Amino acid sequence: MSRLLTMTDIWIEGRSDEVWNPIINGVDLHLNKGEVLGLIGESGAGKSTMGLAAMGFCRDGVRIAKGSVNFDGIDLVKASAEVKRGLLGKRIAYVAQSAAASFNPAHKIIEQHTEGPTQHGVMGKSESERDAMELYAKLRLPHPEEIGFRYPHQVSGGQLQRAMTAMAMSCRPDLIIFDEPTTALDVTTQIEVLASIRDIVDQFGTAAIYITHDLAVVAQMADRIKVLLRGDEVETQDTRAMLSHPKEDYTKSLWAVREFKRPQKPPVHDRATPVVSVQGITAGYGKIDVLYDVSFDIHEGRTVAVVGESGSGKSTTARCITGLLPPRKGVIEFDGVALPLDYRKRSKDQLRQVQMIYQMADTALNPRKTIGEIIGRPVEFYMGLKGRDKRRRVEELLDQIELPADRYIDRLPSELSGGQKQRIGIARALAAEPRFIICDEVTSALDQLVAEGILRLLAKLQDELKLSYMFITHDLATVRSIADEVVVMKDGEVVEQGPKVEMFQPPHHPYTDLLLSSVPEMDPDWLNTLLKERGVDNIGDAAVQKMD
Amino acid sequence: MNPVFKIILQRLALGLLTLFIVSVVIFTAVNMLPGDFAEAILGQGATPEAVAAIRRDLGLDQDPVTRYFQWLAGAVQGDLGNSFAQANFASFVGTEGSANMASVANQIGPRFWNTMFLAGVTALIAVPFAVILGILAALYRNSAFDKFANMFTLTSISSPEFFLAYILILFLAVLNPMLPSLSNIYADMGLGERLEKTLLPALTLTLVVTAHMMRMTRAAIINLLASPYIEMARLKGISPLRVIVKHALPNALAPIINVIALNLAYLITGVVVVEVVFVYPGIGQLFVDSVKIRDIPVVQACCLIFAGAYILLNLTADIMSILSNPRLRHPK
Amino acid sequence: MSLWMQIVVVLLLCLAGGWAFRFAGIKATDGKPFYRDMPLSVAFGYVLGAVLLVWIVWSYYLSRTLPAPEVNKYFFFRIAIEGFIIFALFAWLFRLLGRSVGTSTTKKLFRQMPLTASFGILMILIYAFLAIFAGLLAPYGQEQIVPGVAANIPPGGNPAMGGNRDFPLGTDQIGRDILSRLIYGAQNTVGIAFATTCLAFFIGGSLGFLAATLGGWLDQVLSRGVDVLMAIPSLIFALLLMTIASAWAGSEKGLLTFYMVIIIAVIDSTRVFRLARAVGANIVVMDYIEAAKLRGEGLGYLIFKEILPNATAPLLAEFGLRFCFVFLTIASLSFLGVGIQPPLADWGTMVRDLAQFINFAAFAPQVASAPLLAAGAIALLTVAVNFVVDWMLHRSSGLKE
Repeated sequence: MSRLLTMTDIWIEGRSDEVWNPIINGVDLHLNKGEVLGLIGESGAGKSTMGLAAMGFCRDGVRIAKGSVNFDGIDLVKASAEVKRGLLGKRIAYVAQSAAASFNPAHKIIEQHTEGPTQHGVMGKSESERDAMELYAKLRLPHPEEIGFRYPHQVSGGQLQRAMTAMAMSCRPDLIIFDEPTTALDVTTQIEVLASIRDIVDQFGTAAIYITHDLAVVAQMADRIKVLLRGDEVETQDTRAMLSHPKEDYTKSLWAVREFKRPQKPPVHDRATPVVSVQGITAGYGKIDVLYDVSFDIHEGRTVAVVGESGSGKSTTARCITGLLPPRKGVIEFDGVALPLDYRKRSKDQLRQVQMIYQMADTALNPRKTIGEIIGRPVEFYMGLKGRDKRRRVEELLDQIELPADRYIDRLPSELSGGQKQRIGIARALAAEPRFIICDEVTSALDQLVAEGILRLLAKLQDELKLSYMFITHDLATVRSIADEVVVMKDGEVVEQGPKVEMFQPPHHPYTDLLLSSVPEMDPDWLNTLLKERGVDNIGDAAVQKMD
Repeated sequence: MNPVFKIILQRLALGLLTLFIVSVVIFTAVNMLPGDFAEAILGQGATPEAVAAIRRDLGLDQDPVTRYFQWLAGAVQGDLGNSFAQANFASFVGTEGSANMASVANQIGPRFWNTMFLAGVTALIAVPFAVILGILAALYRNSAFDKFANMFTLTSISSPEFFLAYILILFLAVLNPMLPSLSNIYADMGLGERLEKTLLPALTLTLVVTAHMMRMTRAAIINLLASPYIEMARLKGISPLRVIVKHALPNALAPIINVIALNLAYLITGVVVVEVVFVYPGIGQLFVDSVKIRDIPVVQACCLIFAGAYILLNLTADIMSILSNPRLRHPK
Repeated sequence: MSLWMQIVVVLLLCLAGGWAFRFAGIKATDGKPFYRDMPLSVAFGYVLGAVLLVWIVWSYYLSRTLPAPEVNKYFFFRIAIEGFIIFALFAWLFRLLGRSVGTSTTKKLFRQMPLTASFGILMILIYAFLAIFAGLLAPYGQEQIVPGVAANIPPGGNPAMGGNRDFPLGTDQIGRDILSRLIYGAQNTVGIAFATTCLAFFIGGSLGFLAATLGGWLDQVLSRGVDVLMAIPSLIFALLLMTIASAWAGSEKGLLTFYMVIIIAVIDSTRVFRLARAVGANIVVMDYIEAAKLRGEGLGYLIFKEILPNATAPLLAEFGLRFCFVFLTIASLSFLGVGIQPPLADWGTMVRDLAQFINFAAFAPQVASAPLLAAGAIALLTVAVNFVVDWMLHRSSGLKE
């Protein structure tokens, strides 16, 4: 195979506060014709910057300080703007993370599709339109003759992402950069997009750089994987070799979360009173109901995972339990006693018993308060501790969440890392000495290693303090590692519920089945097998049918 | 019905409602005057007969609600009542009777068109100038040009209108006699001469409005250029000119129109001071004069006109940005 | 018309020069990307900038060398250039001082500060100093007509030109010292504007946060009310209300000034309300507010301990902008004759009183500078505040990225 792209000793810098800081430190990258390279790493690893640099492009305030990008004999770093413009879109194309934001809202999809070919002089407008429809059909978009004549906001996210892939294909480029194309999508939609991207890349023999933070996704797409960490290369290997024998410790740790399993707990006593019992709640905003007759119990020392895709009503259920959104119908019992539905009518002690940990630690902690003040407030408010007693209790709590008290007590949240902030959120909930904590997607904004640490901490605290958790998540890997019981939700209804062991074993409700089978696995053959099971040609339709 | 029509109709209705409430506010404010209009204008030395005469002439013996609706009904038909200044004079010389009183509408009419002329000339100079400079500053942001423009516009925003007016008079009328410093305009003046006399006040207003407009245009364009679809267009190898014309401009139209309408509304405030400095016979100068002699009907009428223009311009901005939003024009 | 022709010719020459400049650059550097990828418009900009710079230097040279009658034309130009350089120099020195004196936080602040912001801070300090110590600094009283001194002494203090050393900035139309009135003006105009802004913030800020936190009907009523009040242009509304206030106050000038403060504060509080409500609404949706609500915290704690500390940065910037706006409104009202009432010295009124001298500029530029001094004093302060606010906004937006 012949070489298409060679990036040698790339150094990239970004400007902040009038200083140039390094983003990429001397990384090499090469790609053969028709090959797919996976570029993976955590947030801040420099994946996207590297991907754009492969096109000879830098965002504002970023520059290639050193190195060369050789694309088929042309050095893109030294090339003039005109030469680069001739290549971009025509021989190198780009698929962005958010299709909704990357399509111009003012023009129809097909107008944006044909712009590249006509501007580069590859095809005429009508020819390009016909070609677009063919590509839409190949990517299994519904109504390929019409969909292009819609405006971007009239098309769903998954379809838009495929339309963008079609647009990247419009000039039949030699290389496509995929920048996290499925990150913003739900798992069941993600599969369709992944399958169609892989198909079309195979079909035209296009080389690609596939950027993602999800190792399981990249395992399906790439021939070879390169791992980046804070602007440095960790290792590069063929996909199968990388999965079976990662060389570096960091690479091994990347999928550590998938190995974290808790020992099975004994079944709950039949007549035990649940800590929290949700009974037949129906709730909504304004006149529209978004929750219908939701019921489940949460027992002492147990974790109930509430799983579902965006819009399934998981977070609304949490808002009902906390009392922020009083349900229209139904009862919420705590320890067998019905709670007032509006939080403003609950007693201080009732409020204390139900605590919450949020997804975005950034917005969950007041940026103007020190850690000591944030954790100290509930200690003072509920326990009435002041002065030295309060400080001792805060130190105790910091100790429980495994942060050295003397170093962190006087700091502001902005001085902490994402994982540390999430720990402070946990400490604030613990400070109220509750029996029940709602964890709302607490790990989904975190990198995998950090997320695992949080999960371990939550498990440890549960064992020590006999806490009950309601764990809201869309990530089934997290469910596998921490849940005792699972509640699957879809469109505001509970589809299925039961102990975790049962839930992960067939037979399932069809939706649970779809959800479970859509979660990418580390096995590079996973997507192939799945597509074969579902029937390759109508994967999109199959998904839709199963959902209905 | 197309939802856009529905939204626009709603906005129009809201605008009318606002105008109605504003007229109530203006009328109520004026009615908060202590004692009586008649005493207020005639002063303490007025004879009871003169006060009674004026009260009768102006209909002050009726209750406020009736008077409000009479005033409103008149205002809708273009009859804004009679000027106190003239009434005052009439009652002193003893020639009573409404025939001799100058109506507010007659007084305001020609001045209104003068002011519109001034605002029009200003808009003609300022709008293209500001929009082009704003786009340039956004395209070459953080360059020396951008920094200089930033400093210059901040300075001109910060300066009171009369300061800018006197600086311009100093340099363009006194030191280099190119333009007249007084704008004595009369009815049957040729367009050329009229333009010449209007140019200096128009330039002053241009300085004020351009600065605002340019800064807002710059911010809107920078915001736009940072959007992912512009990056996508550049990554498709589209030429810079086409990126601007085809991808940025259709989406920039709404914010730019918004900026223009908002700043034309801002002109209204500037017009008052500038007309006084240049003795320009417009509605702003009349307003200030009437305020000084407490000629209530004229003050009321001017206030209503200014507020009406202000509401209209803001409404235009609103409607234009609705019309240029593809999400609303092409509903799902 | 010949002037316009000249301008067009110069611009065309600049365009040609720009092309030549780029061409020469490419040849000389052997195609460095800087020149190669430079659009013609940018090259044109460089040349135009250079031409303007040369023109400024040349005019300044003329202003220092030309004989008496012709030089009058360049008098104000010279003052502007020299003033600009002196101010820039002082701002630079001030920043240098700030970098070496004070705590490590302020030192760091001064290190990142652009020259415009340090100029702004310096000016605000000077104005504050003048306003506070006006009584000690002014050589004469603000209403004092010094016996035996002529009216209308031109500024400059040069007896040869009709000036008087005891009155370096001259006297006004009834023989009051302009320097003293300028200094007292700082106290009156700035002080009143400051008090008005504070009042506007108190009213608008507290109602805005209340509306954002409580929401519901209170928010609806307040917001709709503010919408209506904002539908009347503020200067127009102020003029209307001042008419009524002047009837209420009658001959009591002090009372009228008090009414003015109230009127402008109320009108301006609508803008503050909008901002405070918007800022508050952005903070209220944060999870930490939800956490505090669910903890059972009261309204007072929510507003003062959770919301307010996070709103200080935008509110402080808004305070600067509002102050400028209030200050300019008061100055405009005074200039129109319905603002701060004589005999209080006030810059807006001073401009109006001295305005006619501007027509003497062609033969006696010193005389013409009298009205510009007061107007310039207004502009200088608002420019200074705006520079500081601009920097603050830039900093807070930069921190977000």
